[in-house]
Amino acid sequence: MTRMMPVAADLMEFAPDGVRLVAGRRRSDGKFAFPLPGGPAGAEYERVTLDRIGLLWSWTIQRFCPKSPPYAGGDAASFRPFAIGYVEIPGQIIVEARLLAAFDSLHLGMRMVVDTLPIWTAADGSEMISYAFRPVELPEVPA
Amino acid sequence: MSDVFVVGAGIHRFGRTPELSGLEQGVHAVREALADAGVEWRDIQFAFGGSASAGNADAALPLLGLTGIQFINVANGCATGGSALLSAYWAIKSGEFDIGIAMGFDKHPRGAFNPMPEDSGLPAWYGQTGMMLTTQFFAMKIRRYMALYGISTQTLALVAEKAFANGALAPHAWRREPVSAEAVLAAPMVSDPLTKLMFCSPAEGGVALVLAGEKRARALGRSGVRIAGAAIRTRVEGSFEVFSPSLDVVRGPSPTSLAARAAFEHAGIGPDDIDVAQLQDTESGAEIMHLAENEFCADGAQERLIRDGVTRLDGALPVNTDGGCLACGEPIGASGLRQIYENVVQLRGEAGERQVAGTPKVAYSQVYGAPGLSAVTILQR
Repeated sequence: MTRMMPVAADLMEFAPDGVRLVAGRRRSDGKFAFPLPGGPAGAEYERVTLDRIGLLWSWTIQRFCPKSPPYAGGDAASFRPFAIGYVEIPGQIIVEARLLAAFDSLHLGMRMVVDTLPIWTAADGSEMISYAFRPVELPEVPA
Repeated sequence: MSDVFVVGAGIHRFGRTPELSGLEQGVHAVREALADAGVEWRDIQFAFGGSASAGNADAALPLLGLTGIQFINVANGCATGGSALLSAYWAIKSGEFDIGIAMGFDKHPRGAFNPMPEDSGLPAWYGQTGMMLTTQFFAMKIRRYMALYGISTQTLALVAEKAFANGALAPHAWRREPVSAEAVLAAPMVSDPLTKLMFCSPAEGGVALVLAGEKRARALGRSGVRIAGAAIRTRVEGSFEVFSPSLDVVRGPSPTSLAARAAFEHAGIGPDDIDVAQLQDTESGAEIMHLAENEFCADGAQERLIRDGVTRLDGALPVNTDGGCLACGEPIGASGLRQIYENVVQLRGEAGERQVAGTPKVAYSQVYGAPGLSAVTILQR
């Protein structure tokens, strides 16, 4: 079985009901930050996980293969366009993420849920996993 | 405190000039600006200069003359040129100097910029997962704006069509051929809804402006163009900027809105007084959104206004009269200064085929740069 490795430590939390994003809530004013701030600034934040469901805030399609480095998802020969966007987790924060959805289905206010996404295979065979949002089959609310 | 005047303006043609380094293009612009002002390099008391990819701007000193002047290198992203100008402006305004120069040049490799996450204080995974692209930010900003305010893709195309039409009339522009809105829409999609012809490209070029205090400007017979207002503002919390893994749910104003307001207040005039404007057009959508952020119209009014030709050369508010970044390309160190060069030429009535009718009296420029700053300059005749 392929071993799965997150692209960074303390970016996601894995639970039986699905993945959650790890964020920070500033102790002084309750503002959220994602990813969880590290270093000296980290002391100002309480570690929290974000709600899993949000509303699509904006999106685009990445049509050309990003330059590598920094991109680690493959080369021009294997590249397939992918969707990317911002998803608003109501009352918390707006998160930038890869999107797993049919391009022509994307629209503002679309209800989405966080999921995982393999990005590349490491030298030891591990699948490097990041986060993404995919549509939720639920009634929609306006943005 | 003295009023400050632009007494000389010089430019090296934007685009690709394989036979000259970026530095040589900058020096070309300085010599042209000096000749335009009717002064010699030894008359210049200070300089602010910037270049992002073509070496330190002060490498121009051995070529221009080692006169021992104060030379400060400026680095402020895409707003480097605007920042050099503002620094020179304040230097004269303070009364410390009475003549100096703001210069900028650049020479970028072909293709998109290749930023690394670490340079922006971001984790490596942000780049590894395919999110470290400025093109995505521009596309997502205009995508949301279009949905909220009813802007069509046809309007995006009309902005690019106008840019290339104006560029065809500007000797310093890179792209000198008109391109139809249909061709703009038919170009390969880069980052939906923006096609290749809706984006500017990194390029080459150089610009220099000689600034002087009132007494000196009058002595030179060059007191025609005065800097009436100038401001730089940076991002505040809630501003939507490039390379943001997350955004605050409480949205805030853009640095452009803040810089615009500050510059208008500084100049004591309002957007209705502006006769011609150069607005940052990294891509078509930026020009559309910047029309509102700079207070020239309400959000959403652009759809009608652009269709009606208001921003064309013969419209009520001509915008990006030399084709802007779309037709000139974007050499980072020089780009903001090009806007001011164009406004000086327009105010003097020396813009030839692209001259705005009625000889404009007040000209506006706004340059925006990552990671979230805007520089606005208002010139008055």
